[in-house]
Amino acid sequence: MSLTDLLYQIFGNQPWVDLIASVISIFTISTFLLLIVIFLIWLERKVIARMQDRIGPNRVGGRYGALQTVADVLKLLTKEQITPSGADYLIYNVAPILTVMAALLVWAVMPFAPGLIGVDLNVGIFYILSVSSVSVVTVLLAGWGSNNKYALLGGFRAVAQLVSYEVPMILALLVPIILARTMSTVGIIEAQSIPYLFMVPLAAVIFFISALAETGRTPFDLLEADSEIVAGFHIEYSGMKFGMFFLAEFIGTLFMSGLFAVVFMGGWNVPIINLILTFFGAQPVNFAEMGVLGTIIGLGVFFFKMFFVYMIFIWIRGTWPRVRVDQILNFNWKLLVPITLVMILVVAVLDKLIPPGTNELVRASLHLASNILIVFVTLEILRRNGRRRRMQAVQAGTELEEIETGAHDIAEAAHAH
Amino acid sequence: MFEQILFVLLTIITLGSAIVVVTHRNLFHAALALMVSFAGVAGFYITLDAGFLAAAQLLVYIGAISILIIFAIMMTRRLMQATEQPFNSQRGLSIVGALASLVIMALVIAQYWPIAPNSEVPMASKTILEDAILQGSVAELGRSFVNVDAFVVPFELASVLLLAALVGAILVAWPKTEDQT
Repeated sequence: MSLTDLLYQIFGNQPWVDLIASVISIFTISTFLLLIVIFLIWLERKVIARMQDRIGPNRVGGRYGALQTVADVLKLLTKEQITPSGADYLIYNVAPILTVMAALLVWAVMPFAPGLIGVDLNVGIFYILSVSSVSVVTVLLAGWGSNNKYALLGGFRAVAQLVSYEVPMILALLVPIILARTMSTVGIIEAQSIPYLFMVPLAAVIFFISALAETGRTPFDLLEADSEIVAGFHIEYSGMKFGMFFLAEFIGTLFMSGLFAVVFMGGWNVPIINLILTFFGAQPVNFAEMGVLGTIIGLGVFFFKMFFVYMIFIWIRGTWPRVRVDQILNFNWKLLVPITLVMILVVAVLDKLIPPGTNELVRASLHLASNILIVFVTLEILRRNGRRRRMQAVQAGTELEEIETGAHDIAEAAHAH
Repeated sequence: MFEQILFVLLTIITLGSAIVVVTHRNLFHAALALMVSFAGVAGFYITLDAGFLAAAQLLVYIGAISILIIFAIMMTRRLMQATEQPFNSQRGLSIVGALASLVIMALVIAQYWPIAPNSEVPMASKTILEDAILQGSVAELGRSFVNVDAFVVPFELASVLLLAALVGAILVAWPKTEDQT
């Protein structure tokens, strides 16, 4: 039973009940997200510290430093609110608010558990993509409004990266939409009797890479690159206004983990366990039909999956070096976008060729085989290409790196002069 | 009642920011006001139960076109003080253009007047659209795009146009080789 039904039972058929229910659910989800960020920051610092053989926060709030982030938040909140001179007052102050707003809005269609979803739009995935495209605008606002040329340059870099990686992300999400025949997040969960992670692993990997870039995390964290350019577009922000960008980044990362869990791992369902159960002739479990208990278990399953993906995000952040900006853009436009386009074509045609009513396992194996084939062909092309360029470099007597960065051409041009 | 309040608010936002677009001296602010105006139109689509259209409006107009406009402003003007005289000398022409579009709009509305007297009948497009599309089914919308009896010709024309624009952009941006220069 949903919250709206409950309120209708209590208050009768009043016109304002819908509004009250919406306000309550919006308030609950937003507060939960804003609070869980405190935990996420602590988790990230602690886990990365362990990966790098450090201890991490260990003073505030007991042995494990559990209250470290609370103290940090209090510090941010009590700092002076500064608007730099010459900055555009309205734009400078609106940008952090809009960033958090865009990060929170997408959670409206996130299915936590059966019955626990803000609103099940039939264009759910499309809604997510369109709302998250607004966050690109806020980066420009912050960069331009600060009246600082480094912030503006950082904004340009950030927008170039965000706009580029939006393309493979949208295209990679198209694959599960084609397979599930729906854009509703709940519909995609229900359609996965085999997780799409095992059916179209290539789409999952590409989505994961572009999610890394979209949230600006290592190895694509050029947006802030703490150790090099000291925070690109939000360099002029301090106090809680800076905290808002931080907040949006963590909420966004958690959202990407949740979306990955929903779209590629079956969300609140347990497709793999169901497969095993049906193999041994038992009834598959369906949390949607189990009432309150099903909701609670489904919530647990979803959170387990979401945090599993989130831990991989942290893992990558703790272990991968940063890549250069031209490498980032080349990797996107010359590898990810073409390979995703080919994959969409193959998946769409293949799924149309498989007659409806085919065993789901057969369908999954065919898609998996086509994915492996695409990966194999791509790697073969890349191998030949790389080999040819290495041979050219050897013949020209230069280093490969010089050809790739264009340093060779520049040096030659300088020599010609 | 609630929807009417929403409608009035959205109208104020959309038209107000549209006025800011044409009168503001600072080009960057004008571009931002344009974004707000686009968002207001997306709000209208939501009140009309056209969720797909609203999401497309956000994605295409705010996520892509507005960013492009801002980039264009930033690349061509002085970055921080991109001010511009908002009015030019073509007042007479623009009045003619505005009046003409108003007349066309009035003619279109008059053809289907009265609009939805009992709210059961949606306005103009009822005759060509399936019920499923009006109920927001994306699958039906997609099928009608490739249906010979529906919108296949405009759909294909639009895609050819976009492809031509794409090829043209690549041609313009292609680095000139030695012998051409």
